[in-house]
Amino acid sequence: MNAPTGIGAAVPRREDQRFITGKGRYVDDLNRAGQLHAVFVRSPHAHARIAKIDSSAAKALPGVKAIYTGEDIAADKVGGLICGWVVTDKHGQPHRNPPHPVLAHGKVRHVGELVAVAIAETLAQARDAAEALDIDYEPLPATIDLPKTFAEDAPQLHEEAPGNLCYDWEVGDREGVEQAFSEAAHIAKVDLVNNRLIPNAMEPRAAIGEYDSGTDELVLYTTSQNPHVTRLILSAFIGIAPEHKLRVVAPDVGGGFGSKIYTYGEEVTCLWASRKLGGRPVKWVAERGESFLSDAHGRDHVTHAELALDKDGKFLALRVKTMANMGAYLQVFSTCVPTYLYACLLAGQYLTPKIFCEVRAGFTNTNCVDAYRGAGRPEATYVVERLVEIAARDMGIEKTEIRRRNFIPSESFPYETPVLMTYDSGNFPRLLDRGLEMIDYKGFPARKQEAERRGKLRGIGLSCFIEACGLAPSAVIGALGGGVGQWESANIKFNPTGSVTLYTGSHSHGQGHETVFAQIVSDLLGVPYENIEVAHGDTGIVPFGMGTYGSRSGPVGGGAVKLAADKVIAKAKKIAAHMLEASEGDIEHESGTYKVAGTDKSVNIAQIAFTAYVPHSYPEGVEPGLDETGFFDPLNFTFPSGTYIAEVEVDPDTGIVTLVDWVAVDDFGIVMNPLIVDGQVHGGIAQGVGQALLEQCVYDKESGQLLTGSYMDYCMPRADDLPALRVETTDMPCPHNPLGVKGCGEAGAIASPAALMNAIVDAIGKDIDMPATPEKVWRAIHGGRMAAAAE
Amino acid sequence: MASVTMTVNGESVTREVEPRMLLVQFLREELRLTGTHVGCDTSQCGACVVHVDGKSIKACTMLASQASGKAVTTIEGLAKNGELHPMQAAFREHHGLQCGFCTPGMIMSALDIVQRHGSNVQEKTIREELEGNLCRCTGYHNIVKAIQAAAASM
Amino acid sequence: MYEFAYEKPSSIDEAAKLLQSADDPKILAGGQTLIPTMKQRLAQPSHLIDLAGIGDLAGISAGGSSVTIGALTTHAAVAASKDVAKAIPSLAALAGHIGDPAVRNCGTLGGSIANNDPAADYPAAVLALNATITTNKREIKADDFFKGMFETALEDDEIITKVSFPIPEKAGYAKFPNPASRYAMVGVMAAQTGAGVRVAVTGAGPCVYRWTEAERALSGGFNADALKDLKVSADGLNSDIHGSAEYRAHLVGVMARRAVAAAD
Repeated sequence: MNAPTGIGAAVPRREDQRFITGKGRYVDDLNRAGQLHAVFVRSPHAHARIAKIDSSAAKALPGVKAIYTGEDIAADKVGGLICGWVVTDKHGQPHRNPPHPVLAHGKVRHVGELVAVAIAETLAQARDAAEALDIDYEPLPATIDLPKTFAEDAPQLHEEAPGNLCYDWEVGDREGVEQAFSEAAHIAKVDLVNNRLIPNAMEPRAAIGEYDSGTDELVLYTTSQNPHVTRLILSAFIGIAPEHKLRVVAPDVGGGFGSKIYTYGEEVTCLWASRKLGGRPVKWVAERGESFLSDAHGRDHVTHAELALDKDGKFLALRVKTMANMGAYLQVFSTCVPTYLYACLLAGQYLTPKIFCEVRAGFTNTNCVDAYRGAGRPEATYVVERLVEIAARDMGIEKTEIRRRNFIPSESFPYETPVLMTYDSGNFPRLLDRGLEMIDYKGFPARKQEAERRGKLRGIGLSCFIEACGLAPSAVIGALGGGVGQWESANIKFNPTGSVTLYTGSHSHGQGHETVFAQIVSDLLGVPYENIEVAHGDTGIVPFGMGTYGSRSGPVGGGAVKLAADKVIAKAKKIAAHMLEASEGDIEHESGTYKVAGTDKSVNIAQIAFTAYVPHSYPEGVEPGLDETGFFDPLNFTFPSGTYIAEVEVDPDTGIVTLVDWVAVDDFGIVMNPLIVDGQVHGGIAQGVGQALLEQCVYDKESGQLLTGSYMDYCMPRADDLPALRVETTDMPCPHNPLGVKGCGEAGAIASPAALMNAIVDAIGKDIDMPATPEKVWRAIHGGRMAAAAE
Repeated sequence: MASVTMTVNGESVTREVEPRMLLVQFLREELRLTGTHVGCDTSQCGACVVHVDGKSIKACTMLASQASGKAVTTIEGLAKNGELHPMQAAFREHHGLQCGFCTPGMIMSALDIVQRHGSNVQEKTIREELEGNLCRCTGYHNIVKAIQAAAASM
Repeated sequence: MYEFAYEKPSSIDEAAKLLQSADDPKILAGGQTLIPTMKQRLAQPSHLIDLAGIGDLAGISAGGSSVTIGALTTHAAVAASKDVAKAIPSLAALAGHIGDPAVRNCGTLGGSIANNDPAADYPAAVLALNATITTNKREIKADDFFKGMFETALEDDEIITKVSFPIPEKAGYAKFPNPASRYAMVGVMAAQTGAGVRVAVTGAGPCVYRWTEAERALSGGFNADALKDLKVSADGLNSDIHGSAEYRAHLVGVMARRAVAAAD
C-alpha cells in the first residue's frame, strides 16, 4: 500500500530532491546573458552630509559601465521606498513618514545606507570602481538608541519627524486601568529590553534586473517572500514600470523570516540601471557583511510593564509603556509591528479585564527595523510571561497555579480581549497539563537537588503564549491603516489528462508548500499526489498573490486552495451528471469519484477533466475547461496557542547556561503535515533560544558603527547550543478557517524567549535581560561579590 | 592567469583562472556547479563545504590554485546513477532541511563526520562537529536526527 | 580580493628566495585566517607563497622526550594522531577544538603560531609546553617567540619548519570559547614539565602570556586547589562586547583550575 499523502500525512517533502542534490535555483545561481555586476557603496557614517561625490577616477577604470548616485535616480523620477501601514497616533494624526530614498542623496542616516552603485563587466571590476569612488562626507552627531533619541538635545534625523518621533500611540482603557491599579492588592513590575536581532537568512539577498527594449518589459529576479507585493510596490509607489510590464521572479529563496518581505534599494537600482544601460542585465549579490548592515532588523523595544492583582492572584489590569526603535527609515511593516502586532496581543492567555498600552516609536541612526520572525508577538509574549512569573514569585503563588487562576476558560470563546482582538478558540489548561506531563514537572525539585550536588543551578520556566497569525481580514487591516488587501489566491488548473497544476500566491522559502499544497489538493479532489504540481514565486506565472509572512500560507493560502477546490467540485458535478445521465443534485463526490447516489454508476475526476477539455458531449451552458480560482479573505486572524517549558542548568563559576530539556505543546488547529509543522516549531525554538541566550545587534553608542557585523561577533545558534527538542501538537480546529488550520511558522520564536528567560531567572534567583550572556548571568549570580572575586 | 587542473566529481577539468579565484567560485562560475553556496564572508557558515581529497573543507577559504591536482567532491557528485546517497536520503526522510541553502554544506560536513566517527556516532558528537555549519530554519533537530540515521545505515 | 601572484615552491630554499625577492609577499600555510582577510580586502600581498608543495613540512614524530610536529601539519592531523594523544593528550585535544572540522582540515600549526592571533589556541600550548620553534634559519624558544598582538620573533624571510614539544609530566588545556566566533575568549594551558610548572593564557590579553603567580602556586603541588586563592588583575586584559576585562580576569582563574584538574 502506498504511504498516505492527504491532509495530515507526514509526507517527506518533494522539493528536497533538488536541494539535497545541489539543484536548487537561488538568485545567485542564475546568470543572464550579458549581465553586468553591481557593487554598492555604503555609508561609513551613522549620520553625515554628503558634500561631494567624485566618480571620475572610478569611471575611468577598466570594465566600468556606470557609476550612479542618489541624484541620478532622483533625476529619473524614481520614487522612494515605502511604509505600507499608516498608524494613527493618539492625537489622531498619521505617523511621521519621512522619505526613504533608494540611494541616499544629501544626507546619510545610518551606517550601511546605500550611497552609490558601481556597475562593471566583472564583479572584481565593480568592486575596484566602488572603492575608487571619492566621497566627501561631513559627519554629523548621531543618535543610536532608546530612550536617548527622544531627548531634547538628541541629534535630529528628519525634518518631518521633530524630536525623532515617529508616533505616540496608545490602545486600551487608560482610566479603567488606573482605577484597577488603585484597588490592587499587589502590583508586579518589570523593566525589559527586547534585544535587537539581525535576521540572517542563510541566503544573502540578491537581485538581477533585466530590461527588454523590444517589449519594454522589465524582469526582476529577487530574493523575495512576496513577489506580487514587490511588483505592486515597484509599480504603484516607486513607479519603475507599469504593473503589466513588470515581472518579478522569486525562485528558490533561502529563508526570509520577514527580512525578505520588503522592497529594498538594491533591487530597485538593479532594475532601473538595466533600463538605463539599454537592457544589459544587472546582478547584485549581498556579501554577508552587507546583510548584517542592511537586512531590516527585528525587535528593539524598551518596556516598563506593571500587572495589578487582587489578593488571590487574579489579574485586574495590565499597563505597559514601550519605546520602539524604528531605525533611520521606515520599511513596509515597521509601524504596525510595535502597535497592532504587539500591543494587541498583551492579553496573552489571560482574563485580564483592563489593559492599557502606550507605544512611542522613534527614529535613530541605525538600520531599519521591521517585522522579523514573530514580529511584535514575541515581544508581547515576553512582557506578559515574564510578568506573570514575577507576580507569582512576588505573591508566593506557584507559577502554574497563577496561570490556571487567570486562563481564559475554554468555554468562553469567541473571547473579546480589551485590546481589539477576538480570540476564536483555545484550550489553555489542556496545553499546560500536557506540557507539565511531558517535562515531568513534578520531578523537577528532585532534579534541582541532584544538580546542586554537582554544583549547578537548575531552573525551569514556562511560556504560555497565544498569537495572532494569518494576517487578515482585509477590511480590518484596512481600517487599522494597512495599505493592501490581505487575501490569498489559488488557481487549480486541470490538464486534459487529469493532472493538476496549482498556482498559489503564497511563496515557499523553506516552508514546503510544494508538498503541503499538493497534499491539500490531492485530499480535496482525489487527484493522486504525484499528479499535482505546485507553482509559485513568479508573477509571470501565478496570477495574484500576497506572499508568505505572518504564518499566513496555511491559514490564508490554504483557504484559497479550498475555495478553488470547492469550485472545481461544483463544476465537476455538473459534467459528471451529464456523463452519467443523472441530475446534478444526485451526484455525490468522494475522493475524486463522482457517483450517482444509490447506484454503482460513477466517473472519476480524470475522466471529467478529459471531458471538460474534449467537450464533444457536454452539458448545455457549462463552459469547457476545468480551471478554477479562489480568493480567500478570512473573517479573522487565527490564534495558535501553546505551552513551552525550558529546563536549564547554570554553571555559577562561568555563568554558562546549558539547556537540558525543552518541551513545546502547540495548538495549530488541523495539522496538514506533522513532519513539516514540527520542523517549523524546531526552527522557531532555535530563534527564541538565540534571542534569549546568544543574539544581540550592537551599535557603538557614539559612532553608530555596527559592532556585530559578522559571525565573528553576532552569535548565531549552533547545533551544540540546543538540546533535542520535544514537540507535540493538539488538534483543535480553527472554527472559521476552511481547513481548520491556525498557522505554525512563528510560534517557536514567539513563545521561547520567555520560557528560557523564566528558567534562567528561576535558576539564579535574579532578574536579567536578554541575551543572558555568560558574563551577565555570572554578574547576576555574584552580585556585589563579583568585584571582589575579580580583583 | 594560472592553469588549474583537478578532478571534480570524478571528471578531470582544466581551466585558466586568476590566482585570486576561490575554489567556490571555480565550482560555481567555471563549472556551473551551483549546489555549493556562499553564505558568509568569514568562513563560518559552512554553506560552501566540499570534500578535497576526501576531507571536508570550506571552498570559500581555499584558492582554486590550492586545489589543483586534487580530487574534489561536491553535493552534485554524491548521488550515483540517479540513486541518492544514504545521507541525502536521510535528510529528506527526517526533514533535515527547509530552505535548502545550508543543506549541501550540511550534507558534505555530515559525511565527513560519519567518516571519522563511524556508524555509531552519538548525538552530542554530531552537534559539536556541526560547529562550522549554520542553519537558520531547522533548529538543527532534524539535521542531527538525519545524520544519526544515515550513519547507522552507511 | 585584490590581485596577487600565486607561487608554490617545492623547497624551503626556493620559498625563502621568493620571500626575499617579492615586494610584499605572504606565506600561505593553510590560509584559514589569511584568505578571509584578503577576501575582505584587508590585506593586499603582491605574492602568495603556498608552502603546500614542500614535501617534508607536514608530519608528526614522537621521540622519548618530545613530539615534533611539522609546521604544515593540519590541526586535524594533530588531533587524530595516536602519537600525540599518547605523549601529550591535552595537545591533541586542543588541536581538536580549534575552529571547526573543515577549518581543522586546512589550518596548520605553523600558520597559527606565525599569525599569533591573541585568541588562538596553539600559542598557549607552545608557551606552556616550552616548545622550540625551528625555522629555516634558527631555533627559537617559545618564551622568545610571541612578541605581541599578531607579532612574533620571525623575520620577514623566515619560515617555520617545525615545532618541538617536550613531553610534560602532565598538562591540561581549558578553553572558554567566545560564543560567536568560538575562538578562545580565555584559554589556559597548564603543564607540569621537567623545567617546572608553566601556565600560559591565551585570549585574555593582547598576546599569549605566562601566568607566573599560578606557576609559583602550582610548584608546591600541581592541583587545582592551589589556585583557588589567586586573584587575577583585569589590568591590560581585553574587553569587548563579549566579555569585560574583569570577567576575563575571573575566567583566567576558572579555566586555570579546570586545566589543572583535567591535566593528564
